[in-house]
Amino acid sequence: MTVPANTGPASAGPASTAPAGRAPAGRAPIRKLLIANRGEIAARVMRTAHRLGISTVAVFSDPDSAAPFVALADESVRLPGSSPAQTYLRADRILAAAAATGADAIHPGYGFLSENAGFARDCAEAGIVFVGPGPEAIAAMGSKLEAKALMEAAGVPVLPGAIIDDDSDLGADGARVGFPLLVKASYGGGGRGMRLVRDPGDLAAAAAAASREAASAFGDGTVFLERFVTDPRHVEVQIFGDSRGTVLHLFERECSIQRRYQKIIEESPSPAVDDALRAALGEAAVAAGKVIGYVGAGTVEFVLDASGSFYFLEVNTRLQVEHPVTEMVTGLDLVELQLRIAEGEPLPPEVIDARISGHAIEARLYAEDVPAGFLPATGTLHRFDFPSGPGVRVDAGYCGGSVVGPHYDAMLAKVIAHGRTRTEAARRLARALARARVHGVTTNRSLLLGILREPEFLAGRTDTGYLTRHDPAALSGAAGTAAGTAVGAAAATAAMPATVRHAAAAALAGQAGNRRSAGVLRSLPSGWRNVPSAPSRVSYALGDEKYEVTYRLRGAEVDLSVNGEPIGAQVVVRAASPDTVDLEVDGLRRVYSVARVAAAGSTGGADVYVDGPDGSTSLTELPRFADPSTAAHSGSLLAPMPGVVIRVLAEAGLAVKAGQPLIVLEAMKMEHAVAAPSDGIVTELRATEGEQVDAGQLLAVVAAADEAADEAADEAAAEAAAEATATAQN
Amino acid sequence: MPTLTSSLDTTGETYRANRAAQLALLDQLREQLELAIAGGGPRYQQRHAERGKLLARERIELLVDPDSPFLELSTLAAYGTQFTVGASLVTGIGVVSGVESVIIAHDPTVRGGAINPYSLRKSLRATEIARSNRLPVINLVESGGADLPTQADLFVPAGRSFHDLTELSAMGIPTIALVFGNSTAGGAYVPGMCDYSVMVDRRAKVFLGGPPLVKMATGEESDDETLGGAEMHSRVSGLSDYFAVDELDAIRIGRDIMSRINWRKHGPRPSASPAEPRYDPDEILGIVSADVKVPFDPRDVLARTVDSSEFDEYKPLYGTSLVTGWARLHGYPVGILANHRGVLFSDEAKKAAEFILLANQTDTPLIFLQNTTGYMVGASYEQGGIIKDGAKMINAVTNSTVPHLTINMASSFGAGNYGMSGRSYDPRFIFAWPGAKLAVMGAAQLAGVLSIVDRASAAARGRPFDEEVDRMRTTAVEAQIDAESHAFAVTGRVYDDGVIDPRDTRTVLGIALSAAHSNTVAGRRGYGVFRM
Repeated sequence: MTVPANTGPASAGPASTAPAGRAPAGRAPIRKLLIANRGEIAARVMRTAHRLGISTVAVFSDPDSAAPFVALADESVRLPGSSPAQTYLRADRILAAAAATGADAIHPGYGFLSENAGFARDCAEAGIVFVGPGPEAIAAMGSKLEAKALMEAAGVPVLPGAIIDDDSDLGADGARVGFPLLVKASYGGGGRGMRLVRDPGDLAAAAAAASREAASAFGDGTVFLERFVTDPRHVEVQIFGDSRGTVLHLFERECSIQRRYQKIIEESPSPAVDDALRAALGEAAVAAGKVIGYVGAGTVEFVLDASGSFYFLEVNTRLQVEHPVTEMVTGLDLVELQLRIAEGEPLPPEVIDARISGHAIEARLYAEDVPAGFLPATGTLHRFDFPSGPGVRVDAGYCGGSVVGPHYDAMLAKVIAHGRTRTEAARRLARALARARVHGVTTNRSLLLGILREPEFLAGRTDTGYLTRHDPAALSGAAGTAAGTAVGAAAATAAMPATVRHAAAAALAGQAGNRRSAGVLRSLPSGWRNVPSAPSRVSYALGDEKYEVTYRLRGAEVDLSVNGEPIGAQVVVRAASPDTVDLEVDGLRRVYSVARVAAAGSTGGADVYVDGPDGSTSLTELPRFADPSTAAHSGSLLAPMPGVVIRVLAEAGLAVKAGQPLIVLEAMKMEHAVAAPSDGIVTELRATEGEQVDAGQLLAVVAAADEAADEAADEAAAEAAAEATATAQN
Repeated sequence: MPTLTSSLDTTGETYRANRAAQLALLDQLREQLELAIAGGGPRYQQRHAERGKLLARERIELLVDPDSPFLELSTLAAYGTQFTVGASLVTGIGVVSGVESVIIAHDPTVRGGAINPYSLRKSLRATEIARSNRLPVINLVESGGADLPTQADLFVPAGRSFHDLTELSAMGIPTIALVFGNSTAGGAYVPGMCDYSVMVDRRAKVFLGGPPLVKMATGEESDDETLGGAEMHSRVSGLSDYFAVDELDAIRIGRDIMSRINWRKHGPRPSASPAEPRYDPDEILGIVSADVKVPFDPRDVLARTVDSSEFDEYKPLYGTSLVTGWARLHGYPVGILANHRGVLFSDEAKKAAEFILLANQTDTPLIFLQNTTGYMVGASYEQGGIIKDGAKMINAVTNSTVPHLTINMASSFGAGNYGMSGRSYDPRFIFAWPGAKLAVMGAAQLAGVLSIVDRASAAARGRPFDEEVDRMRTTAVEAQIDAESHAFAVTGRVYDDGVIDPRDTRTVLGIALSAAHSNTVAGRRGYGVFRM
């Protein structure tokens, strides 16, 4: 889609009356900037700061001590602890860090303290420039309720809503707002503290849960109700205000593709916005900014319904996660603008004259297991690299070797692609994601690829119901086969899942590794036999699937089967090293990159990552031998991920039913119940409330009813035997 | 080092005919190897599998390091006898947890893994290889014991099996027994004499006398588990060091043990990344004629065998019926003696003796590529001292202490077999190509000699000589000798370590050389190199 040059910000113009508390003009330039954030945004802010000659200070929690953003900073200050409340939300420690390093400005990034008016005020009192709007603007917009009232008064269209407090009549409020409705945290964001209610009967429970979540996440449990527009588009407008009172907009972004209210694909411009609508949206957004005397970068969020009507949602008084799409279509550096405005400069002419050029799409790569219901994933990112190319930008908070822990948001990187058209941008973005090497952590990459290649998305028919209409698990699955069929050279190979070839490549790289690391006979042919009785054999697991690869090398040719099926009539290994396999199957040649990470412990297994033109697969090499002493007892319940045990719902000896929750873990801000696998008796319970557990740690053992009886009998017998021994010794 | 230029015409009719003949021989070899793999046949293999047991070669495949080469030895033992080809035993050199080892595995599908006289020869040869090359021995035990009908040929020499195991141990060479099944009576001394023993739960049966024998001897009622189960030996008798829950577990434990023996090879390491020959080893098949009387240039073989096809020939202009020279093979320096035109004359014998002394002086292993009809006979040669010169060569071969590796490429007749480090001269390894012949002399010559002797005897006694009978007898003798000198018949008697595909010569020699370097590689000292 080609977007014509925008006619420029509709309302860039003379300063409105400066409200009290706005940053005074003409203050001193920033020399040293502390970034009160982590991950990709901290790194992104630092890069701009360094380009402008500004020194940087990072603050880091204990789990982040080896994070790339810390290494990028000129100086860094430790925030002891790991939870956000102990670290990145500690305004006092961050101000102390600024004082200790002599930082004269603080950039809050997004999330954490970025929309905390109290922190902005503390900064001002400490004589430190807060890179963002004044505390009053933050406070005014921080309460979504107040913001809405203010906007309604300023003539910005808003959705019907109601505030909930102790005296509220929930039933009446709900009826007035109308169903379906949303319960939202007044001081919230990122989907937390939010509940969709379709049935009036569910309202009370939803309000209570949202309030609890909001209290835990934001320290304020106030919630409100708001009419829910079914499957609207989420369209937001980037605004900028300077200390001279200029407020302008930098066009819209569409962020409709969301899962659990979390944006995952964002773009600019919106395929649903034409010039007239763009002007109307811009006008409303600038009006919203002016009403609060906005200074700095902000975003006015709207919902856009199918008829083209839009309603004010909220103002985010900070840089948005998705700001790079605006940067790519305008050629501007929004962080640079933030810093210049914070230094008191007026908005420069290139911003006032900004135009949209081409199209940009951002995909958020999350560490999560999509088919398992977006379960957060953790682990070590053994490799994390993306192909470089024109029009592709990667803002990453991690690098190869980084550990993705349970403490923070699981976004690994934002991958942004720019193109002349929306189609080109989507294609570039898909290629960058497809050819990225992401090893060691389960991600939503397949889902992102599935979306980027899905016809409805490509046609621009995006709204917040997109992932309800399209099953995320199915979209994830489609990503792999799409690449396979796209090649389509030989019917037989196209029909064969790429994972089969990946298992073959893993095996061939594995044998090359075995030969290279051999202490003796290294130069002899791999797997040579003078009396060949069986081929070489190695097995991999991919989820519940097993791939048994058998092979016998005969010079460059190889007889190779996966699960008993030859992968081709003629298979030639053009080259095989431990990290690259150049494989030709019936004349179709592909080069695979293979990385093997040995499993911890002595079991001999390994994780093998295969990346090729036909997709990426993470396989687990199964050890040839299982050490019986390490085998888990059947009925063992292992922690599915690292987390904190927040509730223990069973005790040893308790009779339980299959599916009954026994232990509740909290990880990545979400609760996960660990349930009994079968009817039986809890024979062991090792978890205690408040305990931090690692993935795979034994939490409990449930013996199936008959097993439990056997075990009791065994124990009795053992006791009797011990007694007999004792007697004999006496 | 000079590079060999091979003038082999790979497009010619001779090449094609030679290759076809060799491929036919290799088909025969494959047929025999398949018999060995089949062991007791499909019925017994299936019954074995149904008991949840692995076949001998399956056990080995799991035991050796993934993707490492495995060289089976004495593959056609018992060929041409009443016993199954392979002699109910699998032996070989494999790498286990990074350690080159001799593996000896019973094939329980062949008459319960019973040991017959050929199994015994095969296993004793394997322990001899372990001793001379300093290789740990891993026994994969499951045998019902001696093949009782052949006990007369077996009982006395079989004692050596246990003798060898503990002798190896005394030499600092670890021995391991993984007991998968029966290991009874004399067999019980295999785990008994090994440094480490691992027994599989409810499978291993290790006792001197089973329940019927005990009942007969003492009247005591007992059962297998009480007399010799893995649990009993692990908890009570202490004969088992490790209790394995199943076969896989036993193999895992065996690999763990090997990873802890703190093994260091005593010989020097090969050079890194040796280059492959410049000529394709596949072409070796077109070099050797089906007719042993047609000689060939061993340099054509060497060009397809040694690293980079580089060969520094020693005395190329002297005693030209024998090619001698220096090369590298899979990174190991070697000296090579290869027959060229069959006959060894005095010059060749002296050249060989000098060359062997030189190799001993520099601690360089020797490779003997046999294609010899023996030392030259005739008045002028006898008068020229061919016996003395042949004796020099045999003396040098006998007293050489560097590792010898011998391959019979085509023929190995007469004392040439001795001079070229035949079986009696203790080569560390000795293999044959499938068309090779080995005998005191060629079948026709031998039959002819007998005929002449008979004729002379008849003449001396004044009896008439029956030409018809002589012709029949000559034909019969020729056929008998021809059969006995056939490579399969020779290897069937365990007179060598196996018949190999000529294209695998480089690989087999590479494995053998590396095995030999587990021991110290040192030549004989004490005299200077005699200029013969």
